[in-house]
Amino acid sequence: MLTLIIVLGVLLVLAILYFIFRIGNLVSLVKGKEEDEISSWNSTNAYLFMLFMIGGLVAFFWYSYAHFDGYNLPVASEHGELTDYLFWVTMAVTVVAFTIIFIVMFWFTFKYRYDKNRKAEFFADDHKLEIAWTVVPAIVLALLIFSGLRAWNDITDEASKDAVVVEVIGQQFLWTARYPGKDNLLGKHNYKMIDASNEFGLDLSEENTWDDFKSLELHLPKGKEVKLVIRAKDVLHSVFLPHFRVKMDAVPGMHTTFKFIVTKSTSDMRSETGNPNFNYEMACTEICGRGHFSMRFPVFVHDTVEDYEAWLKSQDAWLKQNPDYLKQIPAEKREAAIVKAGIPTDSQEAIMAAPVTVTLN
Amino acid sequence: MATIDIHPQTSTHHHDDHAHEHEHHHGNFWTNYIFSEDHKVIAKQFLITGMAWALIGGILSVLFRLQLGFPDADLSWLKPILGGWLTPEGKIDPEFYLALVTMHGTIMVFFVLTAGLSGTFSNFLIPLQIGARDMASGFMNMLSYWFFFLSSVIMFTSLFISTGPASGGWVIYPPLSALPQAMQGSGLGMTLWLVAMAIFIASSLLGSINYITTVINMRTQGMSFTRLPLTIWAFFFTAIIGILSFPVLFAAALLLIFDRSFGTSFYLSDIYIGGEALPNQGGSPILFQHLFWFLGHPEVYIVLLPALGITSEIIATNSRKPIFGYKAMVGSMLFIAILSFVVWAHHMFVTGMNPFLGSIFTLLTLIIAVPSAVKIFNYVTTLWKGNIRFTAAMLFSIGLVSFFLTGGITGIFLGNSAIDIQLHDTYFVVAHFHLVMGSASFFGMVAGVYHWFPKMFGRMMDEKLGYIHFWLTFIGVYLVFFPMHYIGIAGFPRRYYSWTNFETFSGFADLNMLVSAAAILTLSAQFIFLFNFIYSIFRGKAAPANPWNSTTLEWTTPRNPGHGNWPGEIPTVYRWPYDYSKPGAKEDFIPQHIPYSETPESNLPHENELIKLELNNGSITVENKDQKH
Repeated sequence: MLTLIIVLGVLLVLAILYFIFRIGNLVSLVKGKEEDEISSWNSTNAYLFMLFMIGGLVAFFWYSYAHFDGYNLPVASEHGELTDYLFWVTMAVTVVAFTIIFIVMFWFTFKYRYDKNRKAEFFADDHKLEIAWTVVPAIVLALLIFSGLRAWNDITDEASKDAVVVEVIGQQFLWTARYPGKDNLLGKHNYKMIDASNEFGLDLSEENTWDDFKSLELHLPKGKEVKLVIRAKDVLHSVFLPHFRVKMDAVPGMHTTFKFIVTKSTSDMRSETGNPNFNYEMACTEICGRGHFSMRFPVFVHDTVEDYEAWLKSQDAWLKQNPDYLKQIPAEKREAAIVKAGIPTDSQEAIMAAPVTVTLN
Repeated sequence: MATIDIHPQTSTHHHDDHAHEHEHHHGNFWTNYIFSEDHKVIAKQFLITGMAWALIGGILSVLFRLQLGFPDADLSWLKPILGGWLTPEGKIDPEFYLALVTMHGTIMVFFVLTAGLSGTFSNFLIPLQIGARDMASGFMNMLSYWFFFLSSVIMFTSLFISTGPASGGWVIYPPLSALPQAMQGSGLGMTLWLVAMAIFIASSLLGSINYITTVINMRTQGMSFTRLPLTIWAFFFTAIIGILSFPVLFAAALLLIFDRSFGTSFYLSDIYIGGEALPNQGGSPILFQHLFWFLGHPEVYIVLLPALGITSEIIATNSRKPIFGYKAMVGSMLFIAILSFVVWAHHMFVTGMNPFLGSIFTLLTLIIAVPSAVKIFNYVTTLWKGNIRFTAAMLFSIGLVSFFLTGGITGIFLGNSAIDIQLHDTYFVVAHFHLVMGSASFFGMVAGVYHWFPKMFGRMMDEKLGYIHFWLTFIGVYLVFFPMHYIGIAGFPRRYYSWTNFETFSGFADLNMLVSAAAILTLSAQFIFLFNFIYSIFRGKAAPANPWNSTTLEWTTPRNPGHGNWPGEIPTVYRWPYDYSKPGAKEDFIPQHIPYSETPESNLPHENELIKLELNNGSITVENKDQKH
């Protein structure tokens, strides 16, 4: 019933609007004062443009200034400070250009609004002017590009040999991280070996996998270079660490990498932002399906490299947590694996005797 | 000229031909209005289909804006329309949200701003402005529309299937789009999407071939390339870009179809999904991205150039001034058209592509900013010392330049790979391309409708409703897209159903609400336009022959031009299309078909010399002959 009344009400309003429009048309037709009306509306539009230009610029500058902290995300990585600097330099240049052109354009629309006593100026071209506004933007852009390209080359350069390596794996709809363990080498993986427990698809015949461990939180040291090795199991995902200005797609079938140095630990950020609950987060920025918006991965940055290494030591190797998988390791290598994975001695004997059962899907 | 002798004969032949055809076509509803081969009818078919799509695309966007702006709202009242796509709590289903985003993008980019814009105005204006009876091949032109229609039907159908339409984003990146187990929309919905797009590409190619052929071969006497209105230049370049880039999308789609249906591995490798490892190995998802953006980036200019051409024409006409720097405008369009093919990978800086390629594409991308800047400066200078009449079309054209400026300038951030790392796939990108390409092109399209409506339907649209429509839309669009810059700088990723899972993205509920409210306002304002459009077709004031005092040839046709456009001889062209406010001239415009010999008072010195050529080039003879008839 209510819906019906609303529908009828809307129809009534529309009908009234229609009749107002129709009557207005007929009245103007009878009066026949077409010419005057056009010029009065013409000025109205010109004034509205001025109003829009001034109002728009005021709103733009006011909001940008007043809410700066709201949209300016604190930066916490070395290259992030550089790209932020480039961003703000570009912002300064473009805002100046934008403001000037914006004002000039709307000022012209206002100043040169129709006047029946005036004739427009026949001004078809001016080569000097055209060359000037081709060359000037070209030079400004060139300067912006070259500083940007230098930064880009540094950022995408090879990571140093002693960088901390962490593998991040995206899947619908969660992230996991794999740490290389004491040997600092990520073991081989093969997607055909993935099963319910072996979610990394670790190829346990290779010894580097034995001490690799899994983490459901990304732990990073402050002040040491980190190299993220990124892959995806199912569809595209994208690693986005907003405070570190890091973004790189996770692509099934290949590894991508991103190296960076974190400059602020989680506790640094807590005191800087005054928010005792502050946490770094990692998000997915490549559409990956239903749960795309929920792929949050917590990130914790340790205050010192020592803290970070202490955390590394406190983690159990994946193989230690899943000793059943020792069966996949050839018998002669099992002992080495047990030692490397740090598996306690009491459960060893049974495993040692088991036959090798490697299954490829 | 070499064609002196031939010309009179061919034109009389044309004339007879036309009269003959005219009789044929009379009275048959099917050949006149449905399977018409008349470019004007086909243009209207494109326009009306495009408008219907724009409405659907707009409504889809308001639906997902409801979710983003008012995440706690109970949308149960939409149950009769959305049915199972609403969760029991009255929220939009997260997967349906992605479907909405995907279809909004697909519809707006391809069905509205490619077919609706190019299809309408290239078809309508090319023959009328170059002085041709019709397109080079009316039949292919007719096919072009009906392929588009068929494609539309298939895409529209996909909205209603139970698993939903394609949902992997309008860029349909595999593996998401290749694997039905990854999301519902990658099942039948994706198949329909691919089929519809394949047909769409056929339609686009048929159209483009026609536009190019017509422009090259069918210009009237005297209509040299340097006398073409900028609209025609724009349509011409657009068609060339389309012909070179759409086949690549076709290839990309075809390989995706193979991967989906025939077990190939062009884009798939090492995938473990739904508890099983797929056999596909050796493919690369990056390959698809390269192929997609090889079309996808030129597509931006396919969408934008016609709008820029249309506004060039409208701004010159309504400033009562020649467009400033005609040659620079053509040159910058040519330059943009060429460069548009070598910048595609700037969409892929952080997709795992080799970073060295990133540097190259940064360089090339920022070069393309130069001709774009030139265009803006030329528009602004055209306004300078003009005598500006704010018709609805003019308002929308100025709106376009404003959007092109606002949205274009943020391209300098995104094209710079180092800065793009943070901004990629955030709302900053959404703000950028909606302003520079979406809204700007949409405004160009609307401006074109207001400007050429009198020629299309022989009646005028209501100007005052046009003003209201403009101001609501102009301010609405800015309110929708400008705040997105802030949201994007804050890092908010796009295609997110909700941000509340993240502390980092927990703010801006207020701005998102504003954006959604503005989106609803903007969509509502379009109904004013729709009313104005339909009402004016039937009840609008009868249009005078040349309502805007314009110089181009279409205004020399009768009020309602029949098939063949000009009842008699096609006018000969003697001058460029921008003789507005020429010093010494009686009126503030001199149409293209007025010879210099008739305007001695306003001729420039080098134009006086052209008078001799006019007398010699045979066109005078033709006129005499016609009189003898």
